[in-house]
Amino acid sequence: MDYFIELFLGGLTRGSIYALIALGYTMVYGIIQLINFAHGEIYMLGAFTALIVAGILTMLGWNQVAILVIASIVAVVYSAAYGFTIEKIAYKPLRQAPRLSALISAIGMSMFLQYYVLLAQTSNFLPFPNLIPDFKFLEPIEHIVRSSEIVIYATTAIVMVLLTGLIKFTKIGKAMRATAQDRDMAMLVGVDVNKVISMTFIVGSATAALGGVLIASHTGQINYYIGFIAGIKAFVAAVLGGIGSMPGAVLGSLVLGMSESFFTGYISSDYEDVFAFLFLVFTLIFRPSGILGRTDTDKV
Amino acid sequence: MFRFSEIKKSFLVALWLMFLTFPIMVIRVNTIYKTIEWRWERMFMVGIGAFFLSFLWRYLHKKKEAGEKKAEEAGTLPLAQRLIKNRQFSIPAAIGLGIFIIAFPFIFSMYQTNIMTTALIYVVVGLGLNIVVGLAGLLDLGYVAFYAVGAYSYALLNHHFGLGFWAALPIGATFAFLFGVILGFPVLRLRGDYLAIVTLGFGEIIRLILENWNAFSFGPSGIANIPRPGFFGMDLSLSQSITYVYFLMIGMAIFTIFVVKRLQDSRLGRAWIALREDEVACQAMGIDKTRTKLSAFALGATWAGIGGVVFAAKTTFINPASFTIWESIIILCIVVLGGMGSVLGVIFGALVLILLPEYLRAFSEYRMLIFGATLVTMMVFRPGGIITDVRKTYKFKGLKDKQPTV
Amino acid sequence: MKPILEVTNLTKDFGGLRALDDISLTVGQGEIVALIGPNGAGKTTFFNCITGIYPPTKGDVAIIPPGGKKIFIKGLKPNHVTQQGMARTFQNIRLFQNMTVLENVMIGRHCRMSAGIPGAIFRNPATVREEKKVVEDSYGVLEKIGLEQFVNEYAKNLPYGAQRRLEIARAMATEPSILLLDEPAAGMNARETKELDDLIVRIRNQEKISILLIEHDMKLVMSLSDRIYVVDYGKKIAEGPPMEIKANPAVIKAYLGEELDA
Repeated sequence: MDYFIELFLGGLTRGSIYALIALGYTMVYGIIQLINFAHGEIYMLGAFTALIVAGILTMLGWNQVAILVIASIVAVVYSAAYGFTIEKIAYKPLRQAPRLSALISAIGMSMFLQYYVLLAQTSNFLPFPNLIPDFKFLEPIEHIVRSSEIVIYATTAIVMVLLTGLIKFTKIGKAMRATAQDRDMAMLVGVDVNKVISMTFIVGSATAALGGVLIASHTGQINYYIGFIAGIKAFVAAVLGGIGSMPGAVLGSLVLGMSESFFTGYISSDYEDVFAFLFLVFTLIFRPSGILGRTDTDKV
Repeated sequence: MFRFSEIKKSFLVALWLMFLTFPIMVIRVNTIYKTIEWRWERMFMVGIGAFFLSFLWRYLHKKKEAGEKKAEEAGTLPLAQRLIKNRQFSIPAAIGLGIFIIAFPFIFSMYQTNIMTTALIYVVVGLGLNIVVGLAGLLDLGYVAFYAVGAYSYALLNHHFGLGFWAALPIGATFAFLFGVILGFPVLRLRGDYLAIVTLGFGEIIRLILENWNAFSFGPSGIANIPRPGFFGMDLSLSQSITYVYFLMIGMAIFTIFVVKRLQDSRLGRAWIALREDEVACQAMGIDKTRTKLSAFALGATWAGIGGVVFAAKTTFINPASFTIWESIIILCIVVLGGMGSVLGVIFGALVLILLPEYLRAFSEYRMLIFGATLVTMMVFRPGGIITDVRKTYKFKGLKDKQPTV
Repeated sequence: MKPILEVTNLTKDFGGLRALDDISLTVGQGEIVALIGPNGAGKTTFFNCITGIYPPTKGDVAIIPPGGKKIFIKGLKPNHVTQQGMARTFQNIRLFQNMTVLENVMIGRHCRMSAGIPGAIFRNPATVREEKKVVEDSYGVLEKIGLEQFVNEYAKNLPYGAQRRLEIARAMATEPSILLLDEPAAGMNARETKELDDLIVRIRNQEKISILLIEHDMKLVMSLSDRIYVVDYGKKIAEGPPMEIKANPAVIKAYLGEELDA
């Protein structure tokens, strides 16, 4: 039973991290129908930025909580800036182009960012300091759930609530929904579409950066490649939940995280990624509209 | 051109990029030895680079906008096609090129010949992917899986049954073809971008299986001592063998060019392009979407299979690390840079992208970085590639032909 | 008159929305029939349902080719519908932009050809003959439609009116016995519309192709059509010859505010 709970909570952790990445994916896809391949790299850049900041502050002897807060803030700001810039360089000029052109551009961007970090930093795994303090009250059940996991669950839940609020109740959220429905029409009624798209990238990237900081702190190591697989899995999760839908992204992430956890726990850990990719293939083939998504027919 | 506002704009871009790249480029932290490295000179390099590149960026944008207008007015052929059409140029050039190709392994070292052979393998698989991506418009990110199928077919058949290169070649091609059909059938119903992700998924699944299923594929350690291609049972020295493989690849490249060219101007080729242009209209014109897509997908896979067999024979050692997603993307990059749908373009793309990093050693470290940037800039500024595909034209009686005809 | 297209009780639901409600329609051999109605009445959906792009929820669609047996085509894929002799054009022009005008028409010939992969590679005599014939046939179609001067032009470089006509040429190349035209005159000026009028009549008289068209230009509809069907909110509200339709109170009501005089 303990093993089951361990796997369950492990799945919840995976799922929460996927959710933080998948939210950005789903927002961007909802608005410009682009699979932002470079989104996983934003998450990786967030983790690297946090590592650099945390490294410096640790050497200066700051306390753990302050480091966590400052590293997270810097990572979020930088990732948001990267997201904003990437959109301007690689996607904005391609808004009227065929969808495949933008997708190829996104793949190029993803590759570029990975090798940018590889060349500027290192190709090795880097140890990442544990930034999340151990909670005293967790000591009795420490072998089952770590405090970093509790922080991950809480952050995901809070971010999800905040984002839902942003989309539902704010002016920019309304503009985002309008742009997602019909970009030309939104433009006609006075929505600044460029600003909305930039905002979407900024918010999505900031969310991914949080995911990056938390998972790096949880697993204790990062390299330039962590964003790629995580990004693809988060995309699967977003599709599984119904791409374009925010609750769907979270639901899909949890389902994927749990299934992966149970698969590796009970069946085989060698084939963990094979399982994830099979999940991806089957989802896209049999339920491309996802759990919460609607089927849309191409307008003829 | 260099007005103050332009300079200011570039200056701001440079400042922004200096800020953006600051932590990653400048600082390197080592948490074990507790050291921090500050590399300030890089910040200035970024700034200066960004300043000038932003001028280039805006210049290219303007040129592209102007170019679009111009292209609509005059239907002129691009330079490369004009040169080919010009017999005075093309015949001597073809003879010269022919002599160069034949003489190549005798003039240059074994090492150089080997590199050229590698480039030729990429020409062949690039042309194969060109059928799928360039002509039929199906973005296949798992293309390397078929390459792996070809390579492993030869390696395993040889290991277990002692099959030679020439026997394995058609078998490898057939296996790749069958894989193409089996994988293609369920996924080709999907929309373009989902198709890309699913093929990526399949590609990774095949690589991961090769990596983990030790009993079948010998896992990450791979398979060594794969024999080079035989030449009528003669024993070849290493250098003879390399020359032989080189000529083999030349022959194969010519064969591929011939086949792809013919396919391009056939009933099937037209259907592929129509499918790329507009799926709904294509179907409404009586074309079977699934069959047409499947034929492109499977034919592309076949060529990857052929390339894979030759690759295994050339390197004599294969392992799953040769078949990562990046390999698929490099081949995609070849097609995109050269010109989607354009045979000449793909040949050019393969030679440039494979040979350049080999010869410019300083460059090779930045290979993948440049590939990534190439994909982005090509899509933004020249989505048709360097040598854009031009459709065949026909001559009719009673029609004043304004254009050169075939 | 013998019918060539029979649509009976066609219904189409999108989720909870009923886009087409129990529509029956026939086109006789050699007839020109128009389908009219206000914007959003479901005319294009009707086309999409009978040509196999959307599967209809209920009802039947059948083609009776001249001298042939009745073929039920409901639920067939669009390419099979075309193969059975019903071709269409699109309201928002859907040409193959980066192919030449001739190649666009040659695509229309695709389903009447047979060459496969081996034929393409080996170019056996049969394939060479077929290719040659296709080029000539396609050029012939272009001559009939009056587009031969653009033969080697890219479709995207054609003037607007010519693009619309190329859509018709491409559909005609599939050798249909009935042709569906979706707003062929949209965006055309008076002269171009007149030419289109002549062209459609010529297609019917010389090529013996029956025509069903959706059109908003009432002058064109009234002068061309033998019979007219009117739909509104997915329901058929009237059918009959042009004179009757013009006087029909239900039609006038549906078009209230829109001009209906010829």
